[in-house]
Amino acid sequence: MRNRRWVFAVLLFLALCLRIEAFKFQRTQRTERISGSAGDVLEDDPVGRLKVFVYELPSKYNKKILQKDPRCLTHMFAAEIYMHRFLLSSAVRTLNPEEADWFYTPVYTTCDLTPNGLPLPFKSPRMMRSAIQLISSNWPYWNRTEGADHFFIVPHDFGACFHYQEEKAIERGILPLLQRATLVQTFGQRNHVCLKDGSITIPPYAPPQKMQAHLIPPSIPRSIFVYFRGLFYDVGNDPEGGYYARGARASVWENFKNNPLFDISTEHPTTYYEDMQRAVFCLCPLGWAPWSPRLVEAVIFGCIPVIIADDIVLPFADAIPWEEIGVFVAEKDVPKLDTILTSIPIEEILRKQRLLANPSMKQAMLFPQPAQPRDAFHQILNGLARKLPHDASVYLKPGEKVLNWTAGPVGDLKPW
Amino acid sequence: MKQLTALQQQGRRSNSFRGASSPLDAGVEGSIRSPATIFWLVLHGLCCLISLVLGFRFSRIVFFLLFSTASSPSATTIYTSLQTTVPSSAATSPPERNVSGGGGGSRVVVGRHGILIRPWPHPDPAEVMTAHKIIERVQLEQRSQYGVKSPRTVIAVTPTYVRTFQTLHLTGLMHSLMNVPYDVIWIVVEAGGATNETASLIARSGLRTIHIGFDTKMPVLWDDRHKLESKMRLHALRVVREKRLDGIVMFADDSNMHSLELFDEIQKVQWVGAVSVGILAQSGGSEEGELPVIRKDDSEKDDKDPQLPVQGPACNSSNHLVGWHTFDSSPYLEKSARYIGDGAVVLPRKLEWAGFVLNSRLVWEDADKPGWVKEFEAVGRDGEDVESPLSFLNDASVVEPLGSCGRKVMLWWLRVEARADSKFPARWIIDPPLDITVPAKHTPWPDAPPELPSSVEKVISIQETTDKRASKNGSRRKRSSRSKRKHTAKVIDEQVSTRHSGDN
Repeated sequence: MRNRRWVFAVLLFLALCLRIEAFKFQRTQRTERISGSAGDVLEDDPVGRLKVFVYELPSKYNKKILQKDPRCLTHMFAAEIYMHRFLLSSAVRTLNPEEADWFYTPVYTTCDLTPNGLPLPFKSPRMMRSAIQLISSNWPYWNRTEGADHFFIVPHDFGACFHYQEEKAIERGILPLLQRATLVQTFGQRNHVCLKDGSITIPPYAPPQKMQAHLIPPSIPRSIFVYFRGLFYDVGNDPEGGYYARGARASVWENFKNNPLFDISTEHPTTYYEDMQRAVFCLCPLGWAPWSPRLVEAVIFGCIPVIIADDIVLPFADAIPWEEIGVFVAEKDVPKLDTILTSIPIEEILRKQRLLANPSMKQAMLFPQPAQPRDAFHQILNGLARKLPHDASVYLKPGEKVLNWTAGPVGDLKPW
Repeated sequence: MKQLTALQQQGRRSNSFRGASSPLDAGVEGSIRSPATIFWLVLHGLCCLISLVLGFRFSRIVFFLLFSTASSPSATTIYTSLQTTVPSSAATSPPERNVSGGGGGSRVVVGRHGILIRPWPHPDPAEVMTAHKIIERVQLEQRSQYGVKSPRTVIAVTPTYVRTFQTLHLTGLMHSLMNVPYDVIWIVVEAGGATNETASLIARSGLRTIHIGFDTKMPVLWDDRHKLESKMRLHALRVVREKRLDGIVMFADDSNMHSLELFDEIQKVQWVGAVSVGILAQSGGSEEGELPVIRKDDSEKDDKDPQLPVQGPACNSSNHLVGWHTFDSSPYLEKSARYIGDGAVVLPRKLEWAGFVLNSRLVWEDADKPGWVKEFEAVGRDGEDVESPLSFLNDASVVEPLGSCGRKVMLWWLRVEARADSKFPARWIIDPPLDITVPAKHTPWPDAPPELPSSVEKVISIQETTDKRASKNGSRRKRSSRSKRKHTAKVIDEQVSTRHSGDN
């Protein structure tokens, strides 16, 4: 008698579970799986696949800088700070450096802000150099490989070139000391000096709570065809146009300002996030640098990103098939943008929307606090894990030296 | 060296704050007043003047090129960049300027690019149409994903009859029904038998319609009209039963106003649902312009904040149906309209049919019906008046309140009618055309008491003024003077009255 009751209870429990499974399946039925060139790796769990050792640097490299200017926590370069915090409490962290696969140096190079909130990169090379000197003299692991199993987060405009102006950045090149290290950066452009092979491109930081707070019900119909808010001409720095965005944004404005399908302007509406959720396409043109938080916002809000930046390398490009999700338009094709967008077959548009609706896609673009599975932090770790095991050549023979510690502009050699 | 750094500084578009706080870039100048710096300052001033004259930026680079014999590749490339500084809004090709340090094989170059503008930067209508089709398809997909799953047919029941305002009301209702994104079956029951006028009107909708004639003519008194409408609705439900139409039955009176959200909301009904109806009881007079608030607790009745009276379900805090908000007609009993078109306040009944929706299976003959519904044939037998669909239920507590428990009003009840004997051109086609003077048909106005408010009268009096111009007649003069008297008694429309006085 009692047995029968137990059996009945178990069956009921199973039935409930299956029902819940059915609901989940119903939800994901209309989304598509994302498989990039590295496979279905967005759902990989990095825990257990790698071990990271976090160097203990004096607080002048991280905490004190943050204390001086807490705006660093909300601007688009905040990934370096949040990554540090994530690694300190993550399961991949190891306190034993002998078993670590990767070494992380927490130095906040993008936290020296102007009154307007833009980071100044002039002291960053010296700061980085000073940090590397510290870790190479206090721990033996840097000299063992000359940094080949170390990674650094450099989310500034042009990554480790440490300058906001492209010509200057190209001239400087990547900091010579970081030549062998893995760089985790937001900047990505093919055949560019400031993107070295083996770098991991990440999305810029966009505040997750702020975006969640502006979500509108998905049943509200999408009625805007193309949406964009931002500058077309940077009158302060480039009054005649042609330099800023390589003229692409100005071209968008001049060609489509009279087009009713294009909802484009320079205003700062309070309903910016809500409007993106009511749009089918969102333009993500380059600015002074090719990347922008617009891509992240477009993915979160389900608006198909139209990327106008030649040769750009998008975040997690080996894990996310951006070609299938977004629309790429060459800068020279901008005058034909309306023809290009209206000639995309409707099935493809619906498919892109389904891919964007996939929650793992949205999760991979965010840096939530506290960290959640499959978010951008984990995708960075996945990227690092895919580079393992280290090639035997990373380990230098004793006494072998590859890096030139005196290379670079004279100003960089001054102590920080 | 100095010249090279000066050259590098040409391309700078430094913003003031960026330039000010870039100590590393400020390498050249200092406090040295050497002849070279003075020379460059003078040159800079000269270039500014030339730029003012010429109208475009004439930079120091030109002087450098003119006076230097350097054959470095940077010189030639700078020259090409100078060409593009000539302002032109025509399409220019981007210059290819190799930047020192740029990676080999890179197509993307730093530097000034032209702004590409096509010759006719205006939208192409065919593309606009394609874009709208894309948007429509996207919205359809959204609706199917996030909207109502498995939408049911909406069966709209409308009692109507041929009168002046019929076209006005039916056209509004028809357009609302045409915009409903679900399947619609429109059952139009016509008092006085099915006519071609109504048939041609509803045929324009493109919906599936069932036009039924009901042989009794519509009476003139409002009470009788309400009763006949109930009978007509029962007749329509009989048709639903006979044809076994499947869907959600809603009672769309032809003069009511429906919001499209209503049709999305009623899809949620399981058996019987109730929505809140805003009552726009027409007040002809201007003395009592507003109607008092009808609330459950009469202590709140204040006239400083008059609101729309609403009929519908009343819920407690846990969103369960506890009662009904009905229309309190006690303030109006003396002033209410008795016959159609008399211009007084037209009162709704306690609970209007329009506020209820039924699952059509409730009236089917043998179907899985819940126990609390009466047999269809048992209701309305013996000609008793069925005031609302609640008469179909044994237990009124099973009604589902819709529209966030009646808080959302998506439907408005309104009765605006002309007098029963008012004439209008058949099918609103004026035949023969207006430029031939033909005496218009005179509407025979019976003598009416003078204190009737004339908001409806002005419709008739405008017709009268046109009549007056058409022909001169002694008897009409008497009529117009009588109407003038009526107007002085109650000045509603200044224009009409002045026109009267002017013409007289």
